[in-house]
Amino acid sequence: MKRVIALLMENQPGALSRVVGLFSQRGYNIETLIVAPTNDPTLSRLTMSTNGDERIVQQITKQLDKLIDVVTVADLGESDFVETELMLVKLNKNSITDDEIEKFEGKVVFEDNEILNLQFVAEPDKLDKLIKDLNEKEPLEIVRSGSLGISSNSKTLTI
Amino acid sequence: MSKKQTSGADALIHSLYKEGVDLVFGYPGGAALHIYDALFNQSEVEHILVRHEQGAVHAADGYARSTGKPGVAIVTSGPGATNAITGLATAFMDSTPVVVISGQVKSELIGTDSFQETDMIGVSRPIVKHSYLVQKAEDIPEIVKKAFHIATTGRPGPVVIDVPKDLTDPNHTFEFNYPKEINMRSYKPLKAGDPKQIKKAVDLILEAKKPVIYSGGGVIQDNASAELTELAKLIKFPTTNTLMGLGAFPGTDPQFLGMLGMHGTYEANMAMHEADLIIAVGARFDDRITNDPKQFALGAKKIHIDVDPASLSKIIHADVPIAGSAKECLSALISQLTKEEIDTNKLEPWLKQITNWREEHGLNHSMLEIVPENGKILPQQVIQSLYKETEGKAFITSDVGQHQMFAAQYYFFDKPRQWINSGGLGTMGFGLPSAMGVQFAFPKETVACVTGEGSIQMCIQELSTCFQYGLPIKIINLNNAALGMVKQWQDMQYGGRHSSSTYENSLPDFCALSESYGHVGIKVTKLAELESAMKECISMKDKLVFLDVDVDPDEHVYPMLEAGNAMDYMHLSKDKRTW
Repeated sequence: MKRVIALLMENQPGALSRVVGLFSQRGYNIETLIVAPTNDPTLSRLTMSTNGDERIVQQITKQLDKLIDVVTVADLGESDFVETELMLVKLNKNSITDDEIEKFEGKVVFEDNEILNLQFVAEPDKLDKLIKDLNEKEPLEIVRSGSLGISSNSKTLTI
Repeated sequence: MSKKQTSGADALIHSLYKEGVDLVFGYPGGAALHIYDALFNQSEVEHILVRHEQGAVHAADGYARSTGKPGVAIVTSGPGATNAITGLATAFMDSTPVVVISGQVKSELIGTDSFQETDMIGVSRPIVKHSYLVQKAEDIPEIVKKAFHIATTGRPGPVVIDVPKDLTDPNHTFEFNYPKEINMRSYKPLKAGDPKQIKKAVDLILEAKKPVIYSGGGVIQDNASAELTELAKLIKFPTTNTLMGLGAFPGTDPQFLGMLGMHGTYEANMAMHEADLIIAVGARFDDRITNDPKQFALGAKKIHIDVDPASLSKIIHADVPIAGSAKECLSALISQLTKEEIDTNKLEPWLKQITNWREEHGLNHSMLEIVPENGKILPQQVIQSLYKETEGKAFITSDVGQHQMFAAQYYFFDKPRQWINSGGLGTMGFGLPSAMGVQFAFPKETVACVTGEGSIQMCIQELSTCFQYGLPIKIINLNNAALGMVKQWQDMQYGGRHSSSTYENSLPDFCALSESYGHVGIKVTKLAELESAMKECISMKDKLVFLDVDVDPDEHVYPMLEAGNAMDYMHLSKDKRTW
């Protein structure tokens, strides 16, 4: 089962490698990983999606929490949350019509005579489906950010 | 008044002193030379020169395990750092408080594959509790403060401080300020357990008819042996210790079941298998304990107390998990239970059952009375002779293999921190250097290293260190001319094919070898000589004695759990088993 884990960690050299290293060291799988400093520049927020049953995810969050640089960890799936992902697609200009772009809810972020760059923001499942449709247009390149998550209730991830 | 101006190197050593460190083990080298010059110019911290960096970390570890205070090792960059890795992994697996300071190449050279450069932070990452790469000399005092705080609190563990050479340069000085206290928002070790969970545990304790206390190294680390013993006495529960936990409950107490697990006693393993309640304290349901986790103690409720929440329900589901320090949780249980009426009479049938198990297949603790027909000395007899001669009071360190198990089975440890061995990582070569750490901490006590001819050769160079500093360690070498435990497995599981477990007459004369290092060597080949030789060995208070005893090479360690089964599947001898 897919799970989304969010954590805050010290924005320090080596902190990210400890988090990533933990996954390979303990045999856990990372599907996606995304990390950036927060509005408090001393902290970074990391969102990762992983696969595993309840017990494995519990172990993962406990082991992550044990890392000295990690300030707080949450399994977002424990309450309601919003998951979203950014996708950029490069196409030949003439391979897709404006109507199709609108239908797919894409946004043109760059275009010239040959190349078109589209941006999509949606839930990961939706992007999976979209890729199947876009494949017919023979895209030149597709890049996905990985899941970003935030709980949709009053609970917040704070120190 | 202006504050003292120091270099990074001076600040590092003075910070150690501020942490109460008066002894460090180490080995100099290029990247650590400023640090070594700072050591030379002061008298607050004594430096012990070892012969290999692995020895330095094991010695610091032995010091830490025997005293409860953090042990410190200093190594240089590159090979110095990588040689420290086995020591770090050993400390990590057994959760001991060790701080390793490694020299690093100059900041500007990091990442350029410069001479003696190793990414120590990267290489050590999976086997440390935490690590620091120093970025500014001025940060050194705070980093040292944090490193000791992290190493010694919560579930203890090793911490690395990697110091680039330019940051210890004597020409760069700054005002020395040592932080009084440290507050880390990302690290808050647990203390008291949740009172609701304590209450649930009390209820299970009062109901139990077939209980066992199973305690591990965490009880010793947290100095909670007195509380463990008090609780066990209060509720009269039979108690077993893991390999790491021996000494937490008195080994000579009738309530003690002996060690449990792979080579645990019959009665301890049977009690675990048949129990209706297991109280695990500071133990982690390691695979050497549980055998097949799916068949582990199926009839028992489990109360699990551990300071590391990640240990709870990791291997075995805990019915009542209690996250907190062993000392505080045990005290809370005691204070709750003293308010209750405890009916220990209902335990009688269970205690009778345990007595029967012990009478049936318990260890024979009078093996010195046996005279084997083949004329060989049994390894167990050597341990019993050592026990007798040291009156059970010595610090015993060990290496890894059959001799380690015989020592754990046949020496009764009545006090915590008396038994020092590499349980988690199983590091051959640990025994002698860790004994050095113990002997430095307790110069007047008898420190014996129980070893084998395989293990001792993995750090034998430290005999030179022992001579330099006059350490009167007693090395008890159970010499069976083979890698005994490997050979035992080959006998039992590989049709007796002894693949690379013997030496084809290439062993050195250990007595002559020790004598060449300036020590005393005593060779024993006959049982009749064993006790007098042991007496002579132990009585030489100011000499290191290498007692090289030829033991029966065909002896196996029993009981031994049969892999892939429950804990009641035990080999009891070469031709007897429980199923």
